[in-house]
Amino acid sequence: MADINEPVDVLIIGGGASGAAVAWSLAETKMRIVCLEQGDWIKNEDFPSTGRDWEARQFGDFAISPNRRKLAADYPINEDDSPIKVANFNGVGGGTILYAGHFPRFHPSDFRVKTLDGVADDWPIDYATLEPFFELNDKMTGVAALEGDPAYPPKPAVMPPLPLGRSGEVIGEAMNKLGWHWWPSDAAINTQEYEGRAPCINLGHCGSGCAQGAKATTDGTYWPEAIRARVEVRHRCRVRRIETNEDDMATGAFYVDPDGVERFQPAEIVIVACNGIGTPRLLLNSASERFPDGLCNSSGMLGKNLMFHPYSQVRGHVDEKLEGYMGPRIGTWSMQFYETDPERDFKRGYCYQFSRGYGPVATAVNGMADGIIPWGAGHHDAFGRMFDHSLGMLAICEDLPEEINRVTIDPDLCDSDGIPAPKITYRLSENSKRMLEHSVARGKEILQAAGARDITSKTIFPAAGWHLMGTARMGTDPKTSVVNEWGRSHDVRNLFIVDGSVFVTSGGVNPTSTIQAIALYVADQIKNRIYELFD
Amino acid sequence: MTDMTPKTTDRFSAEQREVMRLVAGAIIPADPARDMPGADDPAILDDILASAGRDADDLALALDLLGASDGALTDVAEGSVLAKFRQAQPALAAVLSLVIAQCYYRDTRVLIAVGMEPRPPFPKGYPMDQGDWSLLDPVRARGPIYRAATDEGTPT
Repeated sequence: MADINEPVDVLIIGGGASGAAVAWSLAETKMRIVCLEQGDWIKNEDFPSTGRDWEARQFGDFAISPNRRKLAADYPINEDDSPIKVANFNGVGGGTILYAGHFPRFHPSDFRVKTLDGVADDWPIDYATLEPFFELNDKMTGVAALEGDPAYPPKPAVMPPLPLGRSGEVIGEAMNKLGWHWWPSDAAINTQEYEGRAPCINLGHCGSGCAQGAKATTDGTYWPEAIRARVEVRHRCRVRRIETNEDDMATGAFYVDPDGVERFQPAEIVIVACNGIGTPRLLLNSASERFPDGLCNSSGMLGKNLMFHPYSQVRGHVDEKLEGYMGPRIGTWSMQFYETDPERDFKRGYCYQFSRGYGPVATAVNGMADGIIPWGAGHHDAFGRMFDHSLGMLAICEDLPEEINRVTIDPDLCDSDGIPAPKITYRLSENSKRMLEHSVARGKEILQAAGARDITSKTIFPAAGWHLMGTARMGTDPKTSVVNEWGRSHDVRNLFIVDGSVFVTSGGVNPTSTIQAIALYVADQIKNRIYELFD
Repeated sequence: MTDMTPKTTDRFSAEQREVMRLVAGAIIPADPARDMPGADDPAILDDILASAGRDADDLALALDLLGASDGALTDVAEGSVLAKFRQAQPALAAVLSLVIAQCYYRDTRVLIAVGMEPRPPFPKGYPMDQGDWSLLDPVRARGPIYRAATDEGTPT
């Protein structure tokens, strides 16, 4: 028998990128808002870059794979049937804790792929709808950017862009030789002091958390503001299921508190913000007599249409010395191959995220894995040619939705609280394979134009399942979608979803900016429709 | 939030430690000309065994397969044993690379030899050049490349 808490107006499940944004936006309503987050608050001084073992810990307690990390906050994921493995972080701030801070918006065309290119579906909302929320999110986040990017409609910069550094110049010179687009990336990294957060000091280890606090993570951006406005965050609280009543309305959620006590949190509104894997897992685990196939699943679409971004990677080495391990991992991007080109053998496209070098451990580990740094004699010579001479890119390929790619509940696997764990079933489409091959071929051309040697490539980068989208898709038709065009469940009228699972298509860029813009948009819809919210 | 893995070499038997010494020294040998120790240096070796963490079981298995379980491996100088192991057990070979490199390349002597300050990145950080922003002039000159989301999809 669970202990029953005092009721709240709004229960938010998940304290990551989207949960924080929606909480902050709703705080002005003065409703009583509680967020349940299964992970901890992470202190800046606990991040790896504060210690001499800074590189080793990216393979340990700050590994991007929850199946590798296996911390108390993590739940296991059966990903045996997927060539792409999930990367995430469970804690206040969610995936922003470990992301690189690469912060592109979706492009206008991303919302109209059916109309423009005859693939997948159009979104029920468009770029213009989200534009004010992109801008608001950029301000809350503190986005460093250079205005005038020809790959986007005009958009303001909150602060100056990240430095190019020498590796940015080398890439830029190569792209200019080829006549291809490149531009400083929009980055969720402070280049100057902003809202009490310090500027970047080039620690070079953004992907394992920023000890300086310069990278915008929602535990340092939205959450302090939301908490000041009396939103309550309860960390180390893992939700088991959402409960409903005879009117098919959500009544609250059962969760396990930090002491292992089962509790029930009653709420008038439930907002799910658990990412593209965690959200379908929770809703499928909330099946009941009234909702035997899972909550919000009358369409049968819950868990289906899982989209990652298939990543390829191309890296090379130049003779001159570059920044190596210093500086933000990201710096510039290219949208040259973003839009559909009828001359190519695939629809839609990808962006390049150019990156700097690695620390010595990653240089050695990657070099040995790629066969360019040998075991034994020659190790030191080869290491010397690679270390501080490395640069390269990731291609982030648009993944089109397919029902066969899905999240289900594993029949055997559970987390440490006995809650059934998710299973991923995913295959690469032929379109994705052709796009990946194109991205590797063009990537090699770029590095060759840069004068690089020892070029290595991965046509699919298995560990890069960062972006989890599509598993509770948005749409106007309840037969083919899980939530409506403003994030409300078609089946449960006081339940909203605000994370990447509502994406109709994936775009070909990192999704955090768009996820947060949608969360702010849904919050705005809730506020504007408050008197007819459940009609 | 800390790695709770015990920092001890007790996880490994004397035979496994001896094989680890041989293997580490063979994978990253000393380089006196650069003033670099081998990965079989006693301090580095202890660090490797104490820091295997999540890979400890796989490392123990690798060392057993390399001869720790039957005492068969006494010399890897020729490299053929390791080459065959790498071909037959690529996943375990990757574990060997990782556990050795993550400790070798944080040793103070090694970091100085490769030109790094032996310190964590934080709090001092590093300087970085802005770079030449005029390199973007040709990109600007080519004009917009984004696609308008009109029904016709007319490029702007």
